[in-house]
Amino acid sequence: MTGVTRTVPTSLSGVAARGGQPPAALDTPVKIGVDNLNFYYGEKRALDGISIKIRTNLVTAFIGPSGCGKSTFLRTLNRMNDIIPGTRVEGKVEIDGESVYGSGVDVVALRRRVGMVFQKSNPFPKSIFENVAYGLRINGLTKTKAETAERVEESLRQAAIWDEVKDRLHDSALALSGGQQQRLCIARALAIRPEILLMDEPASALDPIATQRIEELIYDLKKSYTIVIVTHNMQQAARVSDFTAFFWLGRLVEFDRTDRIFTAPAEKLTEDYVTGRCG
Amino acid sequence: MRKHFDLIFQLVSLSTLLIALAALGALVFDIVSDGASRLSFNFLSNIASRNADEAGVYHALMGSIWVIALTGAMALPVGVAAAIYLEEYGTRSRTARFIELNIANLAAVPSIIYGLLGLGLFVRLVGMGQSVMAGAATLALLALPVVILSTREALRTVPSTIREGSYALGATKWQTIWHQVLPMATPGVLTGLILALSRSIGETAPLITIGALTYIPFAPDSVWSRFTVLPIQIFNWVSRPQVEFRTNAAAAILVLLVLLLTMNAIAIIVRDRHQRQGRA
Repeated sequence: MTGVTRTVPTSLSGVAARGGQPPAALDTPVKIGVDNLNFYYGEKRALDGISIKIRTNLVTAFIGPSGCGKSTFLRTLNRMNDIIPGTRVEGKVEIDGESVYGSGVDVVALRRRVGMVFQKSNPFPKSIFENVAYGLRINGLTKTKAETAERVEESLRQAAIWDEVKDRLHDSALALSGGQQQRLCIARALAIRPEILLMDEPASALDPIATQRIEELIYDLKKSYTIVIVTHNMQQAARVSDFTAFFWLGRLVEFDRTDRIFTAPAEKLTEDYVTGRCG
Repeated sequence: MRKHFDLIFQLVSLSTLLIALAALGALVFDIVSDGASRLSFNFLSNIASRNADEAGVYHALMGSIWVIALTGAMALPVGVAAAIYLEEYGTRSRTARFIELNIANLAAVPSIIYGLLGLGLFVRLVGMGQSVMAGAATLALLALPVVILSTREALRTVPSTIREGSYALGATKWQTIWHQVLPMATPGVLTGLILALSRSIGETAPLITIGALTYIPFAPDSVWSRFTVLPIQIFNWVSRPQVEFRTNAAAAILVLLVLLLTMNAIAIIVRDRHQRQGRA
């Protein structure tokens, strides 16, 4: 969105110095609207009255300590929790104004619009090419082999991994390094051209260099996608996101522009967490 | 002191293993020394005869191959489909739990009971007669519990991250099972199938019960032919008073053993190739 040259702050104090970047526009249209969402694992309430507006083509980061519900919340957005038995959702989730949990919603079609990248890279035990082509095939998105190959290349390029794998597209995806596997999973998610990309701690298992590549990728991708990223790493949230939501014990404590969350949070709890005094 | 215990335990486990292997080795050696001299091309191509020197296993061998191939062809699709239902679709329902309990019970039912069921159901009620088809259907029933249980086990080992990855790309449940879960479970499924068929190929009681003959003058030419199988032929020869027929029995056991090992070898090759494809 913002066409400003990006400097990557190396520490939290760097965020405050990022004055040159214009604040993310609050008038950007809402992509995902959530109103008073409760989520239960059996009897246990894991999310409590979450309301949030996630804006189009911006990066929104979810931060908070382990077990605070940020991953659970992320997974309610593409109904990934549906496959866990004994879970229940109350409240409203809307994408482009359409209900996600309404009766008659086609979950398969929803997940095509809302792509997901997981914490632990999970390539299928197939070739690199087949990993990316899978989503195209099962959804019948390409008609000819040439078209499939074209989309696979395009996706691998978008995920900044094409140059590393172009000579071994038919080798096993499991032979790739951790960082490459994660970018392959991003390519796989992009191949079906979703509108929203959910990322659940995509860099938590990667070394700093691989992490940096993923972060640069996120920055490029937000031109075309609405991105929601869960992260444990506050510097990462500060570097990549426009908006940040802070979760604590299943509640959304504070949601604001990232620069405000890290420099002038409204809540004492947020301040304590981002400065490392708690959590 | 603890180190001594460690060593002693190692020796004890090693010796129990050796005892088991020695028993098997003695058995194989005994059969080879009795029957190897009788093995020849003629023994494989001759049909059963009143004269021990001219008798061969051709009809019984063909019968075994027909029956076991058909058993596998019936038990595999039905068993895998049942396991998919139980593991992927019906896990929480009462019916599924009821079926599950009964499958575990079925695996423990003596094989002769299956023979009686086969006689009543396939031979008489369905009207298959005492055919290869009826024999294979009976053995397939016998093999099913093992195939179902091992397939479920194999499906369970497929990591949930793979399923989630597939669902997240907009795959339906069936697409996820067919394209991701089943291929990963194949080695386990095949192992179960081999185990079940290895047991089936040695079965005598249920086939005698449904009326497989001890002597037939022809090899099966269709699934509706009458038939005999190697274990029945062996049983028949062993129970003859003449010593020469015992030699024949030993030779026939060797043939059965080779058939079994060939089957296992093929399955292992298929399984390994599948596993390598997964990695390569």
